[in-house]
Amino acid sequence: MTVTVLLFASYADALGSSAITLDLAPGATVRDLIDRLQQLRGADRLPPAPLVAVNQSYARSNQVLSPADEIAVIPPVAGG
Amino acid sequence: MRVAIVDRPIDVEALVAEVARHSNGASVLFLGTVRDVNDGRDVSGIEYTAYRSMAELELRRIAEEAAERYDTVDIVSEHRLGVLELGDVSVAIAVAHPHRASAFDAARFVIEELKRRVPIWKLEQYVDGTREWVEAGKSSQPAALGEGA
Repeated sequence: MTVTVLLFASYADALGSSAITLDLAPGATVRDLIDRLQQLRGADRLPPAPLVAVNQSYARSNQVLSPADEIAVIPPVAGG
Repeated sequence: MRVAIVDRPIDVEALVAEVARHSNGASVLFLGTVRDVNDGRDVSGIEYTAYRSMAELELRRIAEEAAERYDTVDIVSEHRLGVLELGDVSVAIAVAHPHRASAFDAARFVIEELKRRVPIWKLEQYVDGTREWVEAGKSSQPAALGEGA
């Protein structure tokens, strides 16, 4: 399945885009997504286990993804 | 209760007026402003960006948690995005409550949770012309968040 992943701030800079598409096996989890993401050029600037939000909520690493999900990788937040 | 992510200056007096109610004996206003030094570097301004839809949703969740925890619905918070100059208000939180202790506590809760959870980022601009993403959240962010807090 193909999923779209939103990137922000330093992670968007690292991977050179604010949104990327990844091919994942059906039933893939957040952990699988991160493993796939880590293979991309520039991903060495990301931490080993970046935060992921699925449908605008922080997700556990074992959460199963579906193609319709809104997926985002969240750099350390710095609001305020 | 109301929260918003905005692209314009925050009207702080309007926020205070918004939470006012005759049953409230205390109003607290917290303002976050752009500071001229961070980590020893001279700052000239900050560009705020966000995962906007989630930022607003997460800020609303925090306000709802504060409302339940401190027993007041009179909570309003706005966070501004875009390029801000020194002294500009980046975030405002107004809370009113019958009593001061809970008003202070609720305002404190909202800003602390906002800084921990709301997906907003600072691109700091320095006097020497360089720019850098602030990752202050890295050290204070609980690991548990990544596991779905």
